[in-house]
Amino acid sequence: MSPRRVRAESDAVGRQELPLRITVDGEPVDGIAGQTIAGVLLASGRLAWRRGRSGAPRGVFCGIGVCFDCLVTVGGERDVRACRRRAHDGDVVTTQNRQPEAGRATDPTERKHLGLPGEEDR
Amino acid sequence: MTTRHVVVVGAGPAGLAAAEAALAAGARVTLIDSADRPGGQYHRMLPEAYGAARPERLQHGWWAFDRRRRRVLTHPRCAWWPETSVWALERPDPTEPGVPRVHVVRGPADGGRRSRLRLDPDALVLAVGAHDRVLPFPGWELPGVFTAGAAQALAKGERVVVGDRVVVAGTGPFLLPVAASLLQAGSRVLEVLEANTAGTLARGWARRPWQLAAYGGKAGELAEYTALLLRHRVPCRVGRAVVEARGDGRVEEVVTARLRADWSVVPGTERTAPVDAVCVSHGFSPQLELPVAAGCTLRSAPGGEFVAVDDDQRTSCPNVYAAGEITGIAGAPAARAEGALAGWLAAGGVPDALALRPLRRSRDQGRAFAERLAGAHPIGAAWPEWLRPETVVCRCEEADYASLCRAAGNAASRGARVAKLETRAGLGPCQGRICGPTVAELSARLTGRPAERPAEGIPAAGPHHRPIAQPIRLGELAAAPEPLPGNTESHPSM
Ligand SMILES: Cc1cc2nc3c(=O)[nH]c(=O)nc-3n(C[C@H](O)[C@H](O)[C@H](O)COP(=O)(O)OP(=O)(O)OC[C@H]3O[C@@H](n4cnc5c(N)ncnc54)[C@H](O)[C@@H]3O)c2cc1C
Ligand code: FES
Repeated sequence: MSPRRVRAESDAVGRQELPLRITVDGEPVDGIAGQTIAGVLLASGRLAWRRGRSGAPRGVFCGIGVCFDCLVTVGGERDVRACRRRAHDGDVVTTQNRQPEAGRATDPTERKHLGLPGEEDR
Repeated sequence: MTTRHVVVVGAGPAGLAAAEAALAAGARVTLIDSADRPGGQYHRMLPEAYGAARPERLQHGWWAFDRRRRRVLTHPRCAWWPETSVWALERPDPTEPGVPRVHVVRGPADGGRRSRLRLDPDALVLAVGAHDRVLPFPGWELPGVFTAGAAQALAKGERVVVGDRVVVAGTGPFLLPVAASLLQAGSRVLEVLEANTAGTLARGWARRPWQLAAYGGKAGELAEYTALLLRHRVPCRVGRAVVEARGDGRVEEVVTARLRADWSVVPGTERTAPVDAVCVSHGFSPQLELPVAAGCTLRSAPGGEFVAVDDDQRTSCPNVYAAGEITGIAGAPAARAEGALAGWLAAGGVPDALALRPLRRSRDQGRAFAERLAGAHPIGAAWPEWLRPETVVCRCEEADYASLCRAAGNAASRGARVAKLETRAGLGPCQGRICGPTVAELSARLTGRPAERPAEGIPAAGPHHRPIAQPIRLGELAAAPEPLPGNTESHPSM
């Protein structure tokens, strides 16, 4: 089994669900308003979405914006921490890969995310 | 006299209490948090869009928190800046320490079009909290291995559970609320493993029991979690740990083992269990980059390094105060007491006000609790025995234990910084936040030299020195900071 969202009907906090849809590498993924992008990905059965330098899969580790394992590209903006960014209906999310040979080149000015020595990120 | 302007960074238990007290003392307050709702880790709120009817079900002390946040956030002298990250603190003149200038970006997390602003307050309260410390073990980089805090944040903050066959392991009382949240969300918790032995726990907790009784709120809360675990028949084992996670592309099973007091594995006690998630925490690391950037002196304590503060929550920098878990890991009640003291005094409130007495008492109880916590839940010295040559130590750069040993063996490369350059450990996107203390500790052991520590008064080149505390994009940096919005601006959304 994988991560999942608690069913609203049985959730003790008594809440509503306003559906939203994002795309991840072109595939539609459903979530609810208020979720982080990481939450949407996890609850849709994706445990990993980024690849490290060796190609090893990564997803959420710290959940609070400290480890940078969960980075995704949102609407063309690289290196967004998925655990910190709320999903919005229509968000276009693409996954990232740090493998040296695997990637596609991106605009270096956009890629250079200060505070992240991300030159070799592709 | 003009009204003092106090900037509070962090709206967790400590920061919110600081803002409230500073307002009570007559100051104008700007309360900043990178999250879009106040509460910090302890009072993590559900998103507004969830329209939760009974949020109190997920939180201890919800009503008191709810009243406080409304009081603070709607106060006419308070400007609440959610989704705002402090990315740098700039000391005006290094030779003449004044209150650092606060540089922030406002807008969605890591977005490229956030507005850049700066503030020049009369006093600064730092209340930026802590994050889980997790020691490496073989397989800890597999998807499905989470920090305990991640599991808690997902369950409390958006009702996502990390799995349905979960082992919660590590050390410290924090493992209990995490297991409780998972159970309340309908997951199956297979077991909760406390790495420290019964002997260590008993020695740590039983010393001076009256101190614990005084800190009754926390003890009661923990008793409730324990009762819940009992009701769900979740075994809680002491002196046992997850020493390996295995799986193909994700965690599929864990190896647990009995530990001695020094956390060495008792041979022959290994057991494997199929799991779909593991939640691990070996304590907390304070977020020290902003205090270090401000020039605050740190102190070494059994649980690690923290911001040094005096009895008035003053740091070594004039008009810079610190409160909450950056000064010691003592839980939310202590964070609140520290915050209230810091806020009141930062605002210029009189230090001998009668109302401060119970706060000081509560803060002192918190400090005593922190000491006992650190004593009862230490990290055992033999934990590196869990490592194999190929075990990843730095998650970002995938630097393994063997490369660290090589770097240490090379006589030319001594100290964490050199190891860092040779192995790239600590040079990845997280800037050593996760592996920093571990790499420093391992390097110190392997080379037989003490870990590099920021020395008093010197801007640290140590593990917490990060001139850019939060990522900012080049485009944002190039843009001139915007003029300040109106001073008493308050945000409608809470
Ligand atoms: C993930 C996690 C979950 C936890 N859950 C629990 C729990 O359920 N129960 C429990 O008893 N304890 C929990 N803890 C322990 C927790 O640290 C304390 O209980 C308590 O929240 C500490 O209060 P604080 O005010 O010191 O810090 P925090 O509550 O951590 O608040 C710090 C705030 O500062 C903000 N911040 C940090 N850096 C910046 C910056 N550069 N710019 C702007 N804002 C910034 C953060 O967004 C955060 O809201 C948790 C800890 C973690 C890490
Ligand atoms: S999971 Fe650690 S930064 Fe998002």
